[in-house]
Amino acid sequence: MKNSPIFQLTLARLREFMREPETVFWVFGFPILMTILLGIAFREKPADKIAVDVQDGAYAADAESVLQQFEVFKVTRCPESTCRLRLRTNKTDLVVVSGAGSSAAFDYLFDPTRSESLLARRQVDDRLQRARGRQDAFATSDREFKEPGGRYIDFLIPGLVGMGVMMGGLMGIGYVTVDMRIRKLLKRFLATPMKKTHFLIGIMLSRLVFLIPEATILLVFAWIAFGVKIYGSIVSTAFLILLGSFAFSGIGLLIASRAKTLEAVSGLMNMSMLPMWILSGIFFSSSRYPDVTQPFIKLLPLTALLNALRAVMIDGASVFTQTGPIAVLVVWGLMTFAIALRIFRWQ
Amino acid sequence: MPKAIICRQLYKQYPGKLPVDAVNGLDLEIETGECFGLLGPNGAGKTTTIEILEGLLDSTRGDVEIHGMKWGQSDDDIRQILGISLQETRLSEKLTVLETLTLFRSFYRQGIVPTEALARVSLDEKLGARVGKLSGGQKQRLAVACALIGDPKLLFMDEPTTGLDPQSRRQLWDIIREFKETGRTVLVTTHYMDEAERLCDRVAVVDHGKVIALGSPRELIASLGGDHVIEFSLIHGNSLVRDLKTLPTVQSVRQEDNIFSLSVSELHVALPALLDHLRHSNLELADLSTRHASLEDVFVTLTGRHLRDGLSTS
Repeated sequence: MKNSPIFQLTLARLREFMREPETVFWVFGFPILMTILLGIAFREKPADKIAVDVQDGAYAADAESVLQQFEVFKVTRCPESTCRLRLRTNKTDLVVVSGAGSSAAFDYLFDPTRSESLLARRQVDDRLQRARGRQDAFATSDREFKEPGGRYIDFLIPGLVGMGVMMGGLMGIGYVTVDMRIRKLLKRFLATPMKKTHFLIGIMLSRLVFLIPEATILLVFAWIAFGVKIYGSIVSTAFLILLGSFAFSGIGLLIASRAKTLEAVSGLMNMSMLPMWILSGIFFSSSRYPDVTQPFIKLLPLTALLNALRAVMIDGASVFTQTGPIAVLVVWGLMTFAIALRIFRWQ
Repeated sequence: MPKAIICRQLYKQYPGKLPVDAVNGLDLEIETGECFGLLGPNGAGKTTTIEILEGLLDSTRGDVEIHGMKWGQSDDDIRQILGISLQETRLSEKLTVLETLTLFRSFYRQGIVPTEALARVSLDEKLGARVGKLSGGQKQRLAVACALIGDPKLLFMDEPTTGLDPQSRRQLWDIIREFKETGRTVLVTTHYMDEAERLCDRVAVVDHGKVIALGSPRELIASLGGDHVIEFSLIHGNSLVRDLKTLPTVQSVRQEDNIFSLSVSELHVALPALLDHLRHSNLELADLSTRHASLEDVFVTLTGRHLRDGLSTS
């Protein structure tokens, strides 16, 4: 075991990695930093007040006095031109206009495509109607439900884990391999009886080993700092992360298989990562893209990884329900590894 | 004793707009147990030749046999008995010397332990040092240790001492000699004539991808007809060439710019005769020196060029 070339190649890579402080920070520190920043930006906070303008008019004072009784509203009284300007520039959600008729009625002026305006319209109408004597058909009461899982941070963490797997696989393998080619170390290895597959497997294995602390640190940090839980099985989560790393290591090898300079491999890596950064749903759901593009997006390895990870981590689904994404990852990994082995430039 | 290396009618053409014939019909037979040198200027095809023999490059045409085995048929068996030091390899700087050797050892079915390889290249005390902290000479010795780790029968060294200080060069020569003394074969390429003279049992002088002379350094130098070289230059004029050849024991005369080189077999006869000749002709010497003939002279005699010049002057 100790003298097996795969073990020694993997060990050599791990040692080189651990002795490079910059890479250690990049791999372990960067995802945590990102989690902290995004966690702060999207932290839980009380719902914003509803901004309502009351336009000068016959019943303006009446409406203003009613609405001001409620904390939830931020009421502003202003003339028509000001109200319209404030509505257009998004300073207010709704304008209450005194009705034209003699019966004390109101018109609501708002943009129906803005969800805050729709909410404001319902809230304001409800308060004003009740003030004029409308009775509820039955009594209701509000109870709070605060279970983590649906928050943005819960969505984000699997995204960041997947992003780490992608970047680690591509950059961790791409730069290192091309660097070894430039240093003619690959050629030197080729001059020994070393098996080419052993070398490639060693590089991939070392990636998988880095991943264990990398993903663990991120997941534990998210759990302690933001209470992000894994609802499904931890073993399934680990399996998916390793499978994803396998797929991206293969892609990393393929990208690095011919490049002769660091600039070339860096360009190729960015070109491969860009579509996944944008389309695969690290920061927002990939379902926002049009339906016709979905089959393509789902074939991207990062989409497959993130969908499966979120299904297991957030929805608590069994890994066995994720055969589609798993198949995508397996095919990517095997295919790229096989092609890389075939076209790999050793010198 | 079987031949260590046989190579017949080797050709290598690099494709391109103007195809380059790096190796152009090269023949070699290297005996087991000898230290054989490929000597030639930069660009002569030495590295291409050695890399074909090492199985790192495919030849365009020609046969290569390494201890009776052929590339493409028993690659793994050949690699198990080869030790190779490439012209430039930068080993991983973050690994220690011992870790590097342990890694290389894992590729071979059998070999020597890392500490023994280090002892052979006198690098024992650097066992735990990072490769990045080694000096140029130490790095080169580590590269040789990596070549020795599989206990090879045949050692290939491409320009092993280029860029090293004189002391490191001598250390490396000692390592190679010790290896040879165990009855194994060394093939070394170099463009240093002194290296070839001191290290090699036989030398093939390579130019334009062909062997243009073959033999022991002694034999090659003897083929010039004179063991000594007289070099001189004059303050005025340079029309003496015909007369110089008639001087006693002068074998050949060469003129480059204003410097005359005489290859002579008996210095004590030729030198006074030359001085008399100059005095009679009323020619004033600007400079005169004598030295032993070297492989450099062999190369210059054969090609009219110096080893260091490379192909630029051809």
